[in-house]
Order: sequence, then C-alpha cells, then structure tokens
Amino acid sequence: MTPFADLLDRLAFEPRRNAKLALMEAFFREVADPERGYALAALTGGLVFQHAKGGLIRGLIAERVDPMLFALSYDYVGDLSETVALMWPERPGRNAPPPALSEVVEGLSNSGKAALPGLLSGWLDGLDETGRWALLKLITGGLRVGVSARLAKAAVARLGPVDADAVEEVWHGLAPPYLELFAWVEGRGAAPASVDPAPFRPPMLAQPLDEAELAALDPTAFRAEWKWDGIRVQAACGTAEDGRRVARLYSRTGEDVSAAFPDLLGMLEFDGAVDGELLIIREGRVEPFAVLQQRLNRKAVSPKLMAEFPPRIRAYDLLAENGEDLRALPFDARRQRLEAFVAERGGPAFDLSPLVAFDDWEALAAIRADPAGAGAGVDAEAVEGLMLKRGDSSYVPGRPKGPWFKWKRDPKTVDAVLMYAQRGHGKRSSFYSDYTFGVWRIGEAGEELVPVGQAYFGFTDEELAQLDKFVRANTINRFGPVREVVHEPASGLVLEVAFEGLQRSTRHKSGVAMRFPRISRIRWDKPPGEADRLETLEKLLPA
Amino acid sequence: MRAEDILVPTPAGLWSPAAEVHIDPVRPVPRALITHGHSDHARAGHGAVLATADTLAIMAARYGTGFAGTTQAVGYGETGQIGGATVTFFPAGHCLGSAQILLEAGGRRVVVSGDYKRERDPTCAPFELVRCDVFVTEATFGLPVFRFPPATDEIARLLGSLALFPDRTHMLGAYSLGKAQRLIALLREAGYDRPIHLHGAMVALCRLYEERGVPLGPLAPVEGRTSGREKPALPGEIVLCPPSTLGDRWSRRFADPVSSFASGWMRVRARARQRGVELPLVVSDHADWEDLCTTVAETGASEIWVTHGEEDALVHWCLTHGIAARPLRLVGYGDEEEGAAPTETEAAPA
Repeated sequence: MTPFADLLDRLAFEPRRNAKLALMEAFFREVADPERGYALAALTGGLVFQHAKGGLIRGLIAERVDPMLFALSYDYVGDLSETVALMWPERPGRNAPPPALSEVVEGLSNSGKAALPGLLSGWLDGLDETGRWALLKLITGGLRVGVSARLAKAAVARLGPVDADAVEEVWHGLAPPYLELFAWVEGRGAAPASVDPAPFRPPMLAQPLDEAELAALDPTAFRAEWKWDGIRVQAACGTAEDGRRVARLYSRTGEDVSAAFPDLLGMLEFDGAVDGELLIIREGRVEPFAVLQQRLNRKAVSPKLMAEFPPRIRAYDLLAENGEDLRALPFDARRQRLEAFVAERGGPAFDLSPLVAFDDWEALAAIRADPAGAGAGVDAEAVEGLMLKRGDSSYVPGRPKGPWFKWKRDPKTVDAVLMYAQRGHGKRSSFYSDYTFGVWRIGEAGEELVPVGQAYFGFTDEELAQLDKFVRANTINRFGPVREVVHEPASGLVLEVAFEGLQRSTRHKSGVAMRFPRISRIRWDKPPGEADRLETLEKLLPA
Repeated sequence: MRAEDILVPTPAGLWSPAAEVHIDPVRPVPRALITHGHSDHARAGHGAVLATADTLAIMAARYGTGFAGTTQAVGYGETGQIGGATVTFFPAGHCLGSAQILLEAGGRRVVVSGDYKRERDPTCAPFELVRCDVFVTEATFGLPVFRFPPATDEIARLLGSLALFPDRTHMLGAYSLGKAQRLIALLREAGYDRPIHLHGAMVALCRLYEERGVPLGPLAPVEGRTSGREKPALPGEIVLCPPSTLGDRWSRRFADPVSSFASGWMRVRARARQRGVELPLVVSDHADWEDLCTTVAETGASEIWVTHGEEDALVHWCLTHGIAARPLRLVGYGDEEEGAAPTETEAAPA
C-alpha cells in the first residue's frame, strides 16, 4: 500500500502531465506484479468494491470522533476520504505493518459485508495519514489525482515499444492485475488477443476555433456539420467467437454506458463502429440538452423513462465496418461510406448528421449566428455551434491541432446579483466558490431578487480569492454550509453570467433554468439595483 | 468585578475598560498593547504603544521609527499598573518577541494570548502557561483535521527532496516574519550548513533576528538578473521566498524549481494544490487542534473567548468538556501570515 499511497500523493501535487507520466512510469518499473497491476486498475477506475461505500467509512469515524466536529471538519476539507484520514485517531503502540495493495484489493473483493468494518479499521490503524487517505480514496472510487485512464495506459505503454493506442485497443479484453499486459509491453509475452468483438476506439476531438486564424484557412478544404448539444458516444457491434452478438455504447472516455440505454442497444444490428451524438428525438425534433439530462443519471431505466425519452444516435463518422478499419481513410471517403451505411441500416437507432453547405467563411458565420434559418429548423435549440472538419483528415485519436475545429455559438450573458455562496469541493474546498445568483422581478411584496442559477467556475484563482473574501465579509445569514450574502439594490455584488441557453423549468422558483452557466466577469463597479430583470431572461426562452 | 469590566470586544479590537487600553487594535487608538509584530496585530498610527523590545524593533523595521506617538518596552514577567488593572507580558512562542498579555483586576485574571504555539522553536522564547479565569485564544487551525507533524520531520522531507533532485532549485515559500527564520534555524539544527538564499523581502527581518541574538548561519540575497539569458540560477540550493513568488515570474530564473511551501494550511491537500505547491511542508507557528485543546484545558480558565478562525469547532469542544466558551468573531485578524487564505498575497509591508 505504501508505494501506491506515495504515488497517489505525488500525483495529487504534480500539475504537469509529463511529470505525472514519468511518476507512473517509474512506479510501474519499480513495483512488482501483482501490486502494480492493481494500482493500474485503481488509476483506470477498474476497481469497484460492492460493499465498501462512503456510509461504511462514515460509520467507522462516527464511532471514534464527535459528530459535530466531524461535520465541521468535513465541511471545511470538502472531501470525505481526506477528512477521515486526517481525523482518524492514531493508536500509539499498535505498530502493525501497513497492508499491501493486493491484500487490500483481495480483502475487499472476498470479504462479506459483515467483516468489512473490522478489516478496514485494522488497515486504517496500521497506516499513516497518506496511507489512510490513499486507502479511503481507493475504496470510495474517486482518486481525483488528475490522471485519466488514458494517461495511466500511456504510462504503461512507456515500459516498452508499444503505442498507447495499441494498449487502448486490447484494453477491454483484459482484467486486473493485468499480468498479460505487462508481459507484452515488457517484451516477455505475446500481444493479448483482441478478443473483444466490439472494442472502444479512442475518439478524435476538435480544437476550439480561434476566429483570428479563420482567414488563413481554405474554406474549400473544410466540411461543416452542426455541433449537437448531446453526449458524444461510440456504438460498437460485432460477433464473438462463440457466435454471440455483442453491442456496446461507449462514452468518449471509453466508459461502457450500455446499461443506461437498453432500448438503443437492442436496435443496433450492424458490424462496425459508429461515432456520433446521443440525442433525444421526439416527433422528429431534436430535444435540447435539458431534456436529455432527464434521462441521464437515472439509476433505474424504467419502460416509462424509455418511452418518454427515446434516444437516437446522430451519426457523423464511421470508424469500422464489417471488420474493416476505416480510420486511415480521409474524411470525405469515410463520409461516403457513412452515408451509404446509414441509408442501408439507419432508422430509429441512428440517423445521419447532415453536412452544412457554405461558400466562404462569411456565409458560415451567418449560418452559425442563425442555425434555425440555415437548415437546422426546429432542431436549432439543440445546436451549440458548428464543427469544421478537413475533407482529407484521417481519424486520429486525441485532439490534433489543425484537422478539426469546433466553432461554438456566442454565449448569452446576464447581469445577476450574488445571493448565496457555498464552499466548493476538491481543489476549491474551503473557498466559497459555488454562487447562487438572481435577477429582479416584481414579487408580491414589490421588487425582489429571484434565484435563476448557480455557477462555480469561469473565474481565475485570484478572482476566487476576492469573491471568497467578499462572501466572508458580507454574510448576513448562515444555513449550514451555505452563506447568504447581502443583496440589496445599493449593496451587494453583480456577476456577469454567461450561459449557452435557457429552458423553462418547474423546479426553479423563477421558472427558468440556464444551460452551462459560468461567471464571465465580476462587476465590482455595478450597483445591484442595475442588474438585469427576469423579463429580460424570459424573452430568451424558446417559443 | 466581571470579566467584561476587564476586557470587551469592540470594532477597533479588544478593549480593557479597567486599563483603558486596546490590545492589538485594528484601527488607530490612543493607547495600545501589542502582542506581536505580525501586521494584523501590530499596526502603525497609535498614540502610545506598550510591547516587548523585540516586537517594538520589528514594528520599527516594518513601519519606520515613527510608527507610534510614544513607545515603551516591557520584559517578559514584568508587572506594571495601567489604570485600574495590572498588566504582565508572558512568552507566547509564536515568533520573536511574541507575548501573551495577562490583565488582572478585582481578583480576576484574563489572558489575551495573541497567536501562540506549543511546539519548540529555536528562534523565540517558549510558550509559558499562565493560569487564568478567562483565556482569549485564536482558532486559526481550530479543527481536528489540523494535527501537525513534528517540524523536524518536515525539514527532513525537504532535505530528502534536495537529495532526490540535486539539480533543482528548491523554492521554499514562507512568511517573512517568524516562519522564515524558524525554518533556517531548523535547517541548521538538521546539519544543513550551505548558504541559504533569500528573496529581497526576507533580508531585513533575517538581519533583525541576527542582530537580536538569533544566529541563522550563512545567508545570501538572490542577485538581480541583468538579462533574461543567463543560465538557470542556484541548482540544488534552497531559496527562501514569500509565498506569493512561487510560480511567479521571479521564479523563472531558477533551475527547474521545486515549489515548496511551509504552512499549517498545507495539511489540507486542496490548499496545496490550489496554488500549485509540489512539496507541501506542514510547519506552522500556530497551535494545532491538539495544542489548542490542551492549552485551553491547562490554563484552568472557566471561560474561553475565541477571537477568530475556526471558532465553531473550538467552542463546541469547550462546551462538551464543561468549559464555557463563546466566539468573538473579531474582524481584521488573520490577514497576514498563516491566518490568511494562502491564495492571498502576503500583506507584509516590509
């Protein structure tokens, strides 16, 4: 456990990607099997312990410390594992050796629920603060050390002459502690057979467009598509060696999200991989993200939910078809294959994301400003901008600069008044960094502020310190972790809030909900009385 | 006589009706007692100031000699009569010259502890326990998550990193009054005898410590750069600097610098990550949770007043241990040194 805890500790404080890679590479070189394999599983999110949950940890600490002191500490630190690791009472003289990572993983996997509290508290007594923190992070499943699964796999690839994407493609056939993988990368064994008939293929991502660079780009070299405001998915289908049909839906990070969309999975009957956007389409109309969100994050997928929110993939790329890898082909050739593929097999499960025709950049700018008038029609609310893809671009994993650009619509902004603030979590813990803001309206008792949203990013660290200071100095009420901040016409703070769109909402008192709100500017200069009114926002609502 | 006749909180700071003086006032007052030299406690512009000779010297170094109308030095343990109260200064162990102030009147004893710590510090007189009826304490680190390791362990981690990265400059962020000198003294005790390099903001106070009898060994101010093309400076050396210079342009002159920061705030990972610290050292000149609780109990005080910081937890602990306690929620403290959120730049006017 100790080498793994030290690795996590160092990763947590290391901001540089290359240094993180180097730290992990050194760890994988120095630490033996199976410890390093379990560490890899932890870093890639591959360890899930059914019975060990936050509740168990809360229970153990509750037996040992005053509940009020725990609550205040947790509120301050903002992270359960770290709070418990810091507060856990040391037992001088206990002197048990700290457990190995493999002992922890096997213990958690093989023990019944009843044995866990004793097992866990024994380990916590034997570990130091860093060890306790790492153990609790491991158990609760959120390492949060700034390492993606992909980066961890890239570090493994550095042990030998293997490409990170090659590791990615065999990944879904492997299991912890990955003895076969390490043997292959270190040249001691054969490549693991890609037994997966529906593997994940790392997606190609777009760079944000810098409009100043547009003039230097040749419009005839690029194709344009709508940028849909859904979730990026990859649908992969194939036939296993035993003849079984396999269909999977992956998120853009390679997470298997099939279980959330059984209705969609049942309709996928091709052999290959489609790259596209998951959207909710009802009565021929693409619903905005707020509607899709009502289907996401639900644990149980009921028939009612499936009927009410029918999903469909809007396909924009074809990565493989009938065993043929298409990714090396230029975009235009893949597009032809995709169009034929959708014409033959498309339907309720997937359809084609259309190309948007344009002559020059001025014309495209006009289209971007008015998608509804430029062909998106009733779907315009689900369009968050344009994608530009070079016609000759092959499909390269990652975010290469040059071949693909995203050109989002300009955000809308509103001047709102800060009303409440709450401490953040993770990096922002102990700073008041979540802000609830409101706009003016005529209420029953005259002019009043009504909350219209909450934002917790968009500001610099320096601005965060200023906002935190403002909140602390202008608190008029405390409700647990929430502080109410002065918000009168003549005193208070105005925040310029940028957002992508507005929806009607029955859950919010104001009747509106913002999409993707963030603080774009702090208006230290503006008196709250001059902030915007609810009527201004209501004009932005879709008809 | 009630405790409130001896001491009450006011917007200007703590006020003693019996002695007709303020203690560590945040705005100019006719007569002030000052516990120690940090700028949130020791401000310029008062009429008459009573403090230890070291604290007066620190204030003169920071604000210039005309920082108050008149000044008077007091030694630890010396008792004097001020108005209707008897006043005695005792060591607080926080930084050079730091004191707790005992006010006695009508048979009641009130101690204003200022900032204090119980851990050993070779650069100042050790904390002295003063039994009292009312103990006034800060609670900057008043949460059970703040349990500080021995400072010597943290120094060992710094030296371990120097051994691991012998080609990298180790930039050690530290507050310029107290923490910087304590770190130097601890490094010397650990056998580190190379010159320690100083950011310009550190030089004057280090010199003052040495003049007042605290040896710090060889020190070297960091030279200014004449162009941007010199080779990276000071590989493998320790550079003491204000926390605000970590990751600042000033740091670019050094060889692949390791960013380190010595503060009690480094106990919480998010605090260290927030400012990009790679080697957080948990070294504080404030009492940690255990020492706050121990001290509160050992004073024998029947009532605890908590000036600022994480007062809720300490007040709760007192109440559950049968000691009356209340938060004063004083405003204006914790703006320099460790009381400040570590993203704020150092307010040191020195």
